[in-house]
Amino acid sequence: MAAQPLLDVRGIETYYGNIRALNSVDVTVDQGEIVALIGANGAGKSTLMMTIFGSPRARTGTITFAGTDITNLPTHEIARLRIAQSPEGRRIFPRMTVMENLQMGASLDNLKYYDEDVEKVFHLFPRLKERIAQRGGTLSGGEQQMLSIGRALMARPKLLLLDEPSLGLAPLIVKQIFDAIRELNRTQGLTVFLVEQNAFGALKLANRGYVMVNGRVTMSGTGKELLADPEVRAAYLEGGRH
Amino acid sequence: MAQAVSAQRVAAESNFSEAARQALYAGLISFGLFVLFIGLRTDQNIRNELILVQRWGTLAIVVLLTMAGRFLFVAFAQPAIAARAAARAKATAVAAEPGALRKNGTKLAILALFLYPIFILWAVGLQGSLKWVDNFGIQILIYVMLAWGLNIVVGLAGLLDLGYVAFYAVGAYSYALLGTELGWSFWILLPAAGIMAAFWGVILGFPVLRLRGDYLAIVTLAFGEIIRLVLINWREVTNGSAGISGIPKVDFFGLFDFNVSSDIYFGKVFGLAASGAYYKIFLYYLIVLLCLLTAFVTIRLRRMPVGRAWEALREDEIACRSLGINTTTTKLTAFAIGAMFGGFAGSFFAARQGFVSPESFVFLESAIILAIVVLGGMGSLMGIAIAALVMIGGTEILREMTFLKQVFGQDFTPELYRMLLFGLAMIIVMVWKPRGFVGSREPTAFLHQRKAISAAFTKEGHG
Ligand SMILES: Nc1ncnc2c1ncn2[C@@H]1O[C@H](COP(=O)(O)OP(=O)(O)OP(=O)(O)O)[C@@H](O)[C@H]1O
Ligand SMILES: [Mg+2]
Repeated sequence: MAAQPLLDVRGIETYYGNIRALNSVDVTVDQGEIVALIGANGAGKSTLMMTIFGSPRARTGTITFAGTDITNLPTHEIARLRIAQSPEGRRIFPRMTVMENLQMGASLDNLKYYDEDVEKVFHLFPRLKERIAQRGGTLSGGEQQMLSIGRALMARPKLLLLDEPSLGLAPLIVKQIFDAIRELNRTQGLTVFLVEQNAFGALKLANRGYVMVNGRVTMSGTGKELLADPEVRAAYLEGGRH
Repeated sequence: MAQAVSAQRVAAESNFSEAARQALYAGLISFGLFVLFIGLRTDQNIRNELILVQRWGTLAIVVLLTMAGRFLFVAFAQPAIAARAAARAKATAVAAEPGALRKNGTKLAILALFLYPIFILWAVGLQGSLKWVDNFGIQILIYVMLAWGLNIVVGLAGLLDLGYVAFYAVGAYSYALLGTELGWSFWILLPAAGIMAAFWGVILGFPVLRLRGDYLAIVTLAFGEIIRLVLINWREVTNGSAGISGIPKVDFFGLFDFNVSSDIYFGKVFGLAASGAYYKIFLYYLIVLLCLLTAFVTIRLRRMPVGRAWEALREDEIACRSLGINTTTTKLTAFAIGAMFGGFAGSFFAARQGFVSPESFVFLESAIILAIVVLGGMGSLMGIAIAALVMIGGTEILREMTFLKQVFGQDFTPELYRMLLFGLAMIIVMVWKPRGFVGSREPTAFLHQRKAISAAFTKEGHG
C-alpha cells in the first residue's frame, strides 16, 4: 500500500557550529512500522530526532513527511502535521499536574476528541490515572516516561518519535513501556520511530532497525537480522542488557 | 463538649503562663545584651570631653518590646502555627474541596474593596478621607495592578523582566502628552495608552526572543533605563526632567467632572460643597475596576490556549516547541499583554497625579513591582494582592508612625526606613514561605473538562 514512506530522511547533514553531527543520513519509516535506531553515546541519535523536528536544522538533505517537505518548516508547524515526540530526558512540565501535562499535548484544534484521548492514555497507563492531580515533577522516573509518551499521544500523532523511552527505568517498567508501544502499533496502527540504548529490547520490538556510528548510518535491516548480526552483537549486545 | 471547652481553656492558661515565663527570660537576655549598647552612650560635650549619656528610657522600651514580642509569639503565634499544622495534616485527607472562607474569600475581598471608601468617609469624614483613600487605597491598588500585569510576564510566562516600569512610563506619557496636546478624554486615551505600551512590549520582545533568565533580565533592565533616558533627554517632546504638568483630570463620561470651575463640576451637579475628596474617591473606584479587569483577563487567559502555553513556556521551552506551540508568538503576547496593563496603570497614574516626570519611573519601581510578584508567589493573584498590601501599605504606615520620633529623637524620619522594611519583609517571607504567600498553583485541567471548567469558574481567584 505504501508506495511512499511516511517519513523519508535523505542525505541529512546537521552541524553544531563547525562540528558535523550527522553525515549523509538516510532513514525511512513506512506507515504502520516500528523502526528502531541504535548506536553508542554521542552517535547522533538524538540529533537526528531533533533534526526531524527542525531544531537544529539540517544543512543539506531533505526530510519528507507524508508527502510534505518539512526540512525548513518551523518546529511548531512540523508538530501540527501530527508528528509527536517524547524527547530525550522526557521533558514533562514539572509544576503542572498529570492532567495539565496531557492537556498541553492535545493539539489545540481538535479538542472534541479530548475526553476520549485522555481515556485512551489512562487505559494504556493506568498508573497515570491514579496520579491524575499530582505535579509532574514529583512523579517517579517511570511515571514521567509514561506521562511523556501519553502527552505525545494526545496529539493523535501519525508518527510517534521516542528518544530513549527506557532510560533509567527498571526492567519491569521497561517491559511495560515496550508492551504499550507494541499495543499502540497493533491496535491503532501507530507508526513509531524510536531511539534506544537498550538494543536488545528495541530490536525485538521493532520491524526494522538502523545502527548509527559517529553520525553515519552504518547498518540497517529487520530487527531479527540485526539481532543476529555478529557485529551488532559484539558492539551493542554482548555484556549489555539481555 | 463542655469537657473539650474546659480543656481548651486549660491549654490557653498554660500557654499564657508559659508565654509570661519566656517573655521574662527574653527580657533578661535583651537587658543583658543591650544595657551597654543602648543604655549607655559615649558622647562629646562642648569641651570635647568624653561623657557617658544614660538612655534608660530607650533601653526600657527595647526590653519591653522584646518581652511583648516574645509573649505574643509564644501565647498566640505558636499555638496558631501548631493548629495550622494539625489542620493541614487533617486536611490532606480531604484536600479536594477548598474551605468556605477560601471559596468566598475573593468575593469578600472585592466587597471590602467597594465598601472601603464608604467606611472611611463614615469614620473620618470627607476631608480626613483624602489620605486614606489616596495614599493607602489608590497607591496600593496601583501597585496591585502593576504587579498583576508583570505577573503575566514573570509569573505565568516565566520571562524575567526587570524593566517593567518602562511600560508604566509609556502609558503615563502617552496620556500626559495626548491629553495636554490634543485634550482628548481619558476614556479614549486609556485604551490608546494600553495599545501604545503593548506595542513597545512587542518592540522589546523581538530582540529578546532567544534570551532567557539572567540574560533576559539584563536586556530588559537596559530597556527600562533607555526609556527613562529618552524621557529625560528628548526635551522638545517630553520637557525633560521638568516633566509634564497640567494633565487633564478624568471626567465621568462627560456627565460630570472634577474641575471646580467647570459647569458640570461634581459638587455643582449634586449640590455639594467643593472638595478634592470626590475626585480621589472616584479615582479609587476607577482603579478598583481596572484591577478587576486585570484579574479577570488573567484568570480567563490562564484557561485559554495562550495562557496554558505561557505556563508551559515557563516550565520547559524545548518541550513546548516539540508540542507544536509557537514560542515566538507566545512570548510576544505575554510581553504585549503584560505591557498593556502597565500602560493602563501608567495612564491612570498620570491622571491621578496631574503631573509626570521621569523621576517616577526609575529602576527602583521595577524592582518593587517584581518584589511584590515574587513575594506573592509568582502567578497567584491573591498572593500578589496580599504582598502589595503588606509592602506598600507597610511603607505608607511608616509615615504615620510619628511616635517613633519620641523614641529615636526628633530628627528620625521613619519614611527613610522604607527600603529597610522592604528588605526585612522580603527576608522574613522568603524564610517563612520560600514560594511566596500563595506558592501553590491552581491547576487548570481536570478529568472531565466541561464540568471542571464550570466548577472552576465558580471558584475563581488564585490565578
Ligand atoms: N547543542 C549541541 N551543541 C554542540 N554539540 C552537540 C549539541 N548536541 C549534541 N552535540 C554533539 O553531537 C553529537 C551527537 O549527540 P547526540 O545527542 O545526538 O547523541 P546521542 O546519539 O543521542 O547520544 P546518547 O545516546 O548519549 O543520547 C555528540 O558528540 C554531542 O556532543
Ligand atoms: Mg541521545
